Amino acid sequence: MNFGLNDEQSMIVDTVRTFVEREIYPHEDAVERTGHVPEDLAQDIKQKTRDLGFYACNFPEEVGGGGLGHVDFALVERELGRASMALTHFFGRPQNILMACEGEQRDRYLLPAVRGERMDALAMTEPGAGSDVRGMSCSAQRDGGDWVVKGAKHFISGADHADFVIVFVATGEDQTPRGPKKRITTFLVDRGTPGFTIREGYASVSHRGYKNMILDFDNCRLPDAQVLGEVDQGFAVMNEWLYATRITVAAMAVGRARRVFDMGLAYAAEREQFGQPIGKFQGVSFQLADMVTEIDAADWLTLASAWRLDQGLPANREIASAKLYATEMLARVTDATLQIYGGMGLMNDLPIARFWRDARVERIWDGTSEIQRHIIGRELLRPLGA
Amino acid sequence: MKVLVPVKRVIDYNVKVRVKADGSGVDLANVKMSMNPFDEIAVEQAIRMKEAGQADEVVAVSIGVKQSQETLRTALAMGADRAILIVATDDVHNDIEPLAVAKLLKAVCDEEQPGVVLCGKQAIDNDMNATGQMLAALTGWAQATFASDIQLDGDSAVVTREVDGGLQTIKVKMPAIISVDLRLNEPRYASLPNIMKAKKKPLDEKTPEEYGVDVSPRLQIVSTGEPDQRKAGVIVGSVDELVAKLKEAGALA
Repeated sequence: MNFGLNDEQSMIVDTVRTFVEREIYPHEDAVERTGHVPEDLAQDIKQKTRDLGFYACNFPEEVGGGGLGHVDFALVERELGRASMALTHFFGRPQNILMACEGEQRDRYLLPAVRGERMDALAMTEPGAGSDVRGMSCSAQRDGGDWVVKGAKHFISGADHADFVIVFVATGEDQTPRGPKKRITTFLVDRGTPGFTIREGYASVSHRGYKNMILDFDNCRLPDAQVLGEVDQGFAVMNEWLYATRITVAAMAVGRARRVFDMGLAYAAEREQFGQPIGKFQGVSFQLADMVTEIDAADWLTLASAWRLDQGLPANREIASAKLYATEMLARVTDATLQIYGGMGLMNDLPIARFWRDARVERIWDGTSEIQRHIIGRELLRPLGA
Repeated sequence: MKVLVPVKRVIDYNVKVRVKADGSGVDLANVKMSMNPFDEIAVEQAIRMKEAGQADEVVAVSIGVKQSQETLRTALAMGADRAILIVATDDVHNDIEPLAVAKLLKAVCDEEQPGVVLCGKQAIDNDMNATGQMLAALTGWAQATFASDIQLDGDSAVVTREVDGGLQTIKVKMPAIISVDLRLNEPRYASLPNIMKAKKKPLDEKTPEEYGVDVSPRLQIVSTGEPDQRKAGVIVGSVDELVAKLKEAGALA
């Protein structure tokens, strides 16, 4: 057992922490105010990330990535989680699923994404298909050797800046004893493909500037070359590559919680009421004690689940626990910090209200808390035959 | 040409420093430590010299506790080629004095024969601003302190110094000791490929005995205390009121 970071890991953490403090924090207020990231700023962050050799650090070195393992990458995400997601989006970490690219797809999608020349987005959710991914109605029909896609996706993060989108579409249906079950295929769809439009989504209270977009497919014609992985094997592709993204959400929640906690701690030591710092009141100090305990627990739970992946051990249950606990911890920590700040915490003049709002989505996206509990329960009971 | 860069492990500039209850110094237990920011500027300058083809090797050296190894790894991750660690104490609260550090650096200079020594103008922990000058005295080499610009010119260096009231430009003969100031450059971040390479770069570990230098303290710290609390100010409404207040405070006659 070794709970310390090695030299490389400490330097990775230091570099990313310093980067977000110097290059991201100063722009957060403007993004929050305008809900928008100026293009030159986006390009600047991207270029600096490339210069640092951190762009696509989650990809293997063979394809030009940084070659980080799961623990190292979780540490990067943890530090990035401290800052605005609208801005850290350009500290590019393309979707791992692009590793499923084959043949010329590698030159058109994988390699340019790793080099930071083309940005990707992932589209699964639909108005009628949230947690029930298989319930999707976006579908593709065979037509003269091509696929013709119809339907819509929503809540597609990052699609506003994407050059291409990885889209999950129903390509058929199997009859099973438990009723019909849709077959899913994954497609790579370029921005500008006829019949494919990307438009503004809803105004979210969480993560201003990190937009959710709506994708419309109106008889969008795609050749077989756009299929990622095998036809009808979308779930296999999803399970192989999207499994680990929940660690990202957990790690970011831990990083943000630390930043919020440090502010709450400093305020509790400074702010005086009734003639003493409010941190001297047990009502406040006990809250701080609970917060730091929960943050540490979530941190270790997250790193331990990443460590299991690095060791090649089964980790589905552990990742679900980390995602569940870290995001619920973030909700409690942001809420309690806001309480310590009192009325001022709710004002947009301080970032506390933003962290509190941003925290809310973490329990919903990338698998809701309910889905994570379902996964954990299933993994526990299945071996017992229940 | 070889560039020698001494780096010191100091309390991180972001940390709120706490004086130990017994007044014997600053509490360093469980506190984040980093490379002295001025030394980071010196490392950056050395790497830029190498990138410009003016230097062929950058050697970082640190004197202190064994944990200074982390500071040297950071220098290596920024781009230094190799490192020398002189473990002079095992107590993080034992700050090796400038004269002892300068004597050890003199010994390293004898061994390494650098063309230039680039050091931070001072360490942010004790602000002595002495080591570079003492090293120049011991080696007999030229010195240029508080550099905000360095141009190499054959076997000399043209150094712009930040002095009271402006900038002074001097030309010194190499080998020289140049201590660097804040505005010389903006240090780079350690890149991911360099972080990964740093571990493979050589880091020699030495002791003061190997150099025949006695590092026992010659100074006695009488006490360490918190600076006085700043008193609240007053907002004045006019120049007349300001003048009156200054007179009242005895700042104006």
